[in-house]
Amino acid sequence: MNIVELNNVDKHYPGIHALKRLDLCLQPGEIFGLFGHNGAGKTTTIKLILGLIEPCHGQVRVFGEDPTRSEARNQRRQMGFLQENVSFYDQLTGLEVLRYFAKLKGIPKQQCPALLEQVGLLQAAQRRVKTYSKGMRQRLGLAQALLGKPKLLLLDEPTVGLDPIATQDFYQRLEQLKQEGCTIILCSHVLPGVEKYIDRAVIMGRGEMLAEGNLDNLRHQANLPVTINLQGHVDLPEALQKQAVSHRTGVCLQVPLQEKMPVLKSILPLPGLENVDIHLPTLEDIYTYFTAAMLDEQREALSP
Amino acid sequence: MNAILTVAAKEFRDGLRNRWVGAITIIFAILAVGLSYYGAAAAGRVGFTSLSTTVVSLASLAVFVIPLIALLLAYDGIIGEDENGTLLLLMTYPLSRWQLLLGKMTGQGAIMAFATLVGFGAAALIMGSLSSHISWPELISAFSVFILSAVLLGWVFIAFAYIISVTAAEKSKAAGMALLVWFGFVLVFDLGLLGILVATQGDLNAELFPYLLLLNPTDIFRLINISYFASEQVTGLMAIVQHVQFSTTTLLLSLLVWLVAPMMTALLIFNRRSL
Repeated sequence: MNIVELNNVDKHYPGIHALKRLDLCLQPGEIFGLFGHNGAGKTTTIKLILGLIEPCHGQVRVFGEDPTRSEARNQRRQMGFLQENVSFYDQLTGLEVLRYFAKLKGIPKQQCPALLEQVGLLQAAQRRVKTYSKGMRQRLGLAQALLGKPKLLLLDEPTVGLDPIATQDFYQRLEQLKQEGCTIILCSHVLPGVEKYIDRAVIMGRGEMLAEGNLDNLRHQANLPVTINLQGHVDLPEALQKQAVSHRTGVCLQVPLQEKMPVLKSILPLPGLENVDIHLPTLEDIYTYFTAAMLDEQREALSP
Repeated sequence: MNAILTVAAKEFRDGLRNRWVGAITIIFAILAVGLSYYGAAAAGRVGFTSLSTTVVSLASLAVFVIPLIALLLAYDGIIGEDENGTLLLLMTYPLSRWQLLLGKMTGQGAIMAFATLVGFGAAALIMGSLSSHISWPELISAFSVFILSAVLLGWVFIAFAYIISVTAAEKSKAAGMALLVWFGFVLVFDLGLLGILVATQGDLNAELFPYLLLLNPTDIFRLINISYFASEQVTGLMAIVQHVQFSTTTLLLSLLVWLVAPMMTALLIFNRRSL
């Protein structure tokens, strides 16, 4: 069964067409990336899945039910949500905040200290949230989202304000949750480090799905060149010289993805070659490619 | 039910933490003790005078202070959570909007009730034990009516604050609206009524006029406390109603209407508020 299903969903706000005919399907136990710039429709999608808003057309199903129906409210116990920039209640301590949310979710409060330990806040549990840094608040938010072992976790910009080490910890924690069968939707606009952990991604722009698939699919769709850096004094075959740019320590080659292996085979026997670096297009490159393509299209449509 | 109590308990704890509970209680106690001791200073003496003078003057001061405190306590109830991002988060929990609003009302209402009871109650105890010529039963019954009506008045204005809080788009705007509401009910309404009375040279339907006072909860509160001491000299707007007697119960019930109606309104608006 699909955990989340969006069929042909449309959402208008006054003056904005926030989502255009979106289809989305999530299998249990996958980490799903939802990427797009501001106003791309990510948050609208998240809100639809959470049942906070109703679609204008189409249907949304979460655990097989319409999430806006009041009977679906109990399913919310199986969901965790963390939005960006949540600042909680300044006057309460971290532990008190977490207990409050646990109680609302109907989860025994004995779980709270363990969760705080998992996110590295146990030392600060008795301090008021007022004294927390942005990253600490974010981690408290994560602890809150993890209450009661959710089956579906929606994270909107979860790593904002986290330092690189905390970010890595965070992604590893997600991997662990995935092993336990949790489905995770990860919403973000920038993505260094995230690609390792993502099973499938959707890139959105202006309320539309621009591309969808796992990283390999996306690479093929974008058809971005592979960059090969050659070090040493190399004489390239005639055919490759057009694609090459010389620099201080060697030569930089840009070749289409499908020609990667033939090109490598022809290069490796060359005399004078000292080292080879291969850069596949990153998720960020792919993201930039698709959003830029969308913006170009738009510009063309606007110009007479 | 559980969810409402959870929210209420959190609100009360918040109130204790940010010193609201303590501050309001102390303000009320100082107000009551001060008034009862110095209330007759204008007449050239200090010390506890008659019970009726004390309660009536206490009521006319409380009518300014209680609405203001209630509005300040509760105006950011919803808009504050919205700006914190916690409203969105709470709505993803198994908690409906009416439960959240009612929980807030219960918690902040409890803060108001606690402060009123302890603050004014302590003052009553001090008065009773320091003064030799006040009888305890009289003191207790007079202060019970006063405290009960004061609590209700506080709740009414908390409910008003929620209407503001679910309507406003920003916290600062909500604060401004709260001040306007206070100003309107506490000062402008009475001035307006007096103005009409003077302009028409008293030609207004004398039967109708007292009922106009029921349109303002602060006037109802004043009526309750004045009519309880019917023998007391009353001046100003309140003198008009002397020949139309509302019973204390009627007045308390009309305050209750003033509590329920704005709560329903706030809920209706809240349900339509987009996240």
